[in-house]
Amino acid sequence: MVAAALTNALVATTRFGYAPRPGELASVARDPRGWVLRQLDAPPAPLDPALPNSAAMVAELLQLRQDRKNQAADALKAANQRRRAVYLAETAVRTNAAVNGAAPLLERLTRFWSNHFTVSCIRPEITGFAGAFEREAIRPHVTGRFVDLLLAAERHPAMLFYLDQVLSIGPDSRVGQRQHKGLNENLAREMMELHTLGVDGGYTQDDVEALARILTGWSIARLRAPNAGTFRFYPQLHEPGSQTLLGKTYPESGYDQGELALRDLAAHPATATHIATQLARHFIADNPPKDAVQRIARVFRDTGGDLKRVTQAVVHEDAAWQPFAKVRTPDELLIAASRITGFTPPPPFLVQTLHILDQQPFFAPSPAGWPDDAGDWVGPESVLHRADCCQSFAARLPDPPDPVALADAVFGETLPDDTAQAIRRAASRREGLALLLASPEFQRR
Amino acid sequence: MTTTRREFLGECLGLAAGAFAVAGLPHAVFAAAPGNRRFVVVLLRGAMDGLAAVPPVGDPHYAEKRGAIALPAAACIALDSHFALNPGLKVLEPYYRRGELLLVPASGNGYRTRSHFDGQDLMECGLAAKTRETDGWLNRALALIQQQGASRSYDKRLGLAVGGAVPLLLRGAVPVASWEPAGFKAADPDFVAALGPLYAHDPLFGPALQLGLKTQNFSDTVLGDTAPKGPGGFGPKAFAPLAAAAGKLLAAEDGPRIAALEMLGWDTHVNQGTENGRLYENFSGLADGFDALAQSLGAAWRNTVVIATTEFGRTVAVNGTNGTDHGTATVMFVIGGAVKGGRLYGDWPGLAKLQDDRDLRVAVDSRSVAKGILRDHLGIDAASLGAKVFPDAAGLKPAEGLLRA
Repeated sequence: MVAAALTNALVATTRFGYAPRPGELASVARDPRGWVLRQLDAPPAPLDPALPNSAAMVAELLQLRQDRKNQAADALKAANQRRRAVYLAETAVRTNAAVNGAAPLLERLTRFWSNHFTVSCIRPEITGFAGAFEREAIRPHVTGRFVDLLLAAERHPAMLFYLDQVLSIGPDSRVGQRQHKGLNENLAREMMELHTLGVDGGYTQDDVEALARILTGWSIARLRAPNAGTFRFYPQLHEPGSQTLLGKTYPESGYDQGELALRDLAAHPATATHIATQLARHFIADNPPKDAVQRIARVFRDTGGDLKRVTQAVVHEDAAWQPFAKVRTPDELLIAASRITGFTPPPPFLVQTLHILDQQPFFAPSPAGWPDDAGDWVGPESVLHRADCCQSFAARLPDPPDPVALADAVFGETLPDDTAQAIRRAASRREGLALLLASPEFQRR
Repeated sequence: MTTTRREFLGECLGLAAGAFAVAGLPHAVFAAAPGNRRFVVVLLRGAMDGLAAVPPVGDPHYAEKRGAIALPAAACIALDSHFALNPGLKVLEPYYRRGELLLVPASGNGYRTRSHFDGQDLMECGLAAKTRETDGWLNRALALIQQQGASRSYDKRLGLAVGGAVPLLLRGAVPVASWEPAGFKAADPDFVAALGPLYAHDPLFGPALQLGLKTQNFSDTVLGDTAPKGPGGFGPKAFAPLAAAAGKLLAAEDGPRIAALEMLGWDTHVNQGTENGRLYENFSGLADGFDALAQSLGAAWRNTVVIATTEFGRTVAVNGTNGTDHGTATVMFVIGGAVKGGRLYGDWPGLAKLQDDRDLRVAVDSRSVAKGILRDHLGIDAASLGAKVFPDAAGLKPAEGLLRA
């Protein structure tokens, strides 16, 4: 095989996917770029239809809160167990989609955007529907328009809970006047800082407060309301009057005031640059070339945030085809190990291992999500944890394959001699596999 | 320091501290077996140096051919005028004196090409060549035991595995379940040492590993040198707790009767040491494991046979890094209350003439030892042993007189 084609196939399957399955490298090498791009037109991954939707889980939560005083300890325990079971099922489903799905790029994009719009079960109340957030708000839009993704994410109950929007009340709204309660700016701030403009996007504290006022009324349908547990605008919570955001005046229009503000944020040039930077950091390098970022941002602006076109632009950046430029996050490491070995550990092992490696699914430490930078994942403590993880994974393989043959299937001639030799010299099959997984090459993508 | 990290993790996850004590390297697998008799196979992965385990201090060529790593007779426990026991195995001396430990000083199977992967596969599948390494000889033996037992109400309850996975030795038609201690396994020092050279020149992983090891009380020179720097709080010390747990399960009235355990870390290419050092620590861990197994089996030890076997031995001569490379014949341990021990078994090929001018030659096929035990201890007839358990060695006679009458 031509060396360049093999290298490109390696990048295609690891940078844009998770890892080649044994045998996949050769077929991808015929047209690495095409293999990546075609996935953007792939049908959505079939997910387990038995997973409960967020409305059902939110309604359960609301019911539980309403009954709390009368609730027997047993009922609370049962509710917790159910949340935990749903959480594990969601984790298993997304893992399976990434390990076995036909379009790994779509899975990678799903995780990228899910991380961009982080909701975290650090707030335990959302444990039962954090997975549903990803399925309902993120997945359908990863190759759609950014503004639709933004609206879906910000209106989702998981986001409204996680960033306290359900607590925010316009001080001069009917309810605010009666209860003397007020704004919570959490969602408004993160929306501009993290989701759209970026921290250097040119907004001020006044803009944060204005957006917070604009967003009042965005909440979740109460138990007795129609469509309980879904997004609902409550006018009695909404701060009346026109607001000025980023120099533009938004007349009072109830819910529409917020949606218009979000549409403008999505179309703001700073948002294009922020998103382009993050995509380039994920798919090119921790410190991506500025000109590449600019080109991707331009496509974002020119297409009105068409994420399919934007992703294509990323794929067409030559800088994105340098092998081993990114370190695999723990989640990526486990998915890749599962793909190459054909063995996916059970969800409790995945959750526990990722907990130790600081990337437990749906438990990002902050609204900023997990970092996308090698230095945040590889340090003196974590490097040993990663080694533990690789050995532990190898120890669990029910039928360990030949590590030498597997290394060849995964890397071909791109594997450096010293790594190949160490794998050959390993004292057992499992040790050889552990070395393969822990090798500097497999630790990267 | 290591313990602190593990304990911290344990607390985070709400795990018992004990979970980590048994984690690390070995696996144990249990299965149903007949009556009161217990049979345990310990797989020593990595190729144990038999000439260090039971040094032939009386062999006229031993000191000269071994070189720098030859054990001085005075440092060892004399077994007879010819053989001694590595000081790391001193816990086993009373077992030998009581007649419960039998040593096979030059054992091996038909395998000669010195690859760990293939060697271990063949050790476990019990065949002479890699043809269909999908089931293990112990599983095929289990199948026979269960067939024979059908009319004698043998227990068909599933076995239990402690550790990550069922080894090939016990994989096959008879279902063997597994159990493992909860918690994250600790990477053992050998593995971390093997990573050292791979990470050494990596600008990200190299410094991280070096610093990580430093904080773990390892020498910071590990990266430039594949030598592990002594016990890091896990490794060989993890075997005894696992063996103790295995013994407890085997001792139970309704417990399993057959078990397989594993111990890693025998691939001593570098600085293997003599009367102390790395191999000494391994032997101590192994001996403590046998002892822990005996203690926890209690009265059932009387009806127990344990064999410990490895894929092949190591070179007679020391190599350039004060270790040994892949060789041929090695020591097999047969220990238990049912063993007719206190002696060495089989011929001694001597060190004058070596296999391929480098290795101890094989005098006893390890499969004949296994056959003898399967026949005399577990009641499998010789014809079935030849046809089903070791079909590639049908003509190989079971070893005679390994057990007490």
